[in-house]
Amino acid sequence: MAKENDEIVVNLRDPFIAGILAWLLPGAGHWYQHRRAKAVIFFVCIFGTFMYGMFLGEGRVVYAQWEGPEFRRYPFICQVAVGLPSLPAVVLAWSGGESFFGTRWYVPPTIIGGKSPELDDLHLRLNRRFELGTVFTMIAGLLNVLAIYDAVCGPAYSVTRRSKKEGDDAAPTNSDGAEGDSPEKQPANA
Amino acid sequence: MSAAELWYALPLIVSVSLVYAATRYELMEFIIAHAIRTAVWLGGFMLIVTLVLWGLSAWLT
Repeated sequence: MAKENDEIVVNLRDPFIAGILAWLLPGAGHWYQHRRAKAVIFFVCIFGTFMYGMFLGEGRVVYAQWEGPEFRRYPFICQVAVGLPSLPAVVLAWSGGESFFGTRWYVPPTIIGGKSPELDDLHLRLNRRFELGTVFTMIAGLLNVLAIYDAVCGPAYSVTRRSKKEGDDAAPTNSDGAEGDSPEKQPANA
Repeated sequence: MSAAELWYALPLIVSVSLVYAATRYELMEFIIAHAIRTAVWLGGFMLIVTLVLWGLSAWLT
């Protein structure tokens, strides 16, 4: 049985590609690195938290808007770290789209004469669920920053990191403790 | 705000603990153990803050 301070070797494959994939979809970078158990943990926890936030806010809590200081959507800076699930908001903000597959998901509230009756209505109707949804989606984005870091640099404790560019001197280890099935796998010599 | 709404914290505690632990360790046994410790720590911290705020609220009103 492994001990907490035991050194294990993690094959990070190409950390740059893993980082991009990890940003695009939580867990995808780890799946690419054959760290499947961690990929499932990241996907379920981060994507689940994001979608639960979207459910609480009826899809209206993730949007990109930079008009007027009082309507700037600063939470989106955190939300965009989730990757693809938040990108429709960027597309709609750039294109000025009014609907997302027939819904108002990701669409910024309209501003008329320095006021936004639609945003007022959202706060009135959703009440604290608007804030809860915002917090859940922001936390999902911040958690994905941790996951991206893990995909690029490996876990913090007790590992020897090995990327594609470095010499292969030991077998990669999956997050469930078994040897990885990476095409770059080498026989263990440690 | 009713006490029932504190349940919203539960999924957050679970996912934050698991993700944080998964960025610390590579093996599942350590991830789970670390996640449980983190969840207990977070829950305890939130409970203390809740009790302090509740006490302050009761004292001030």
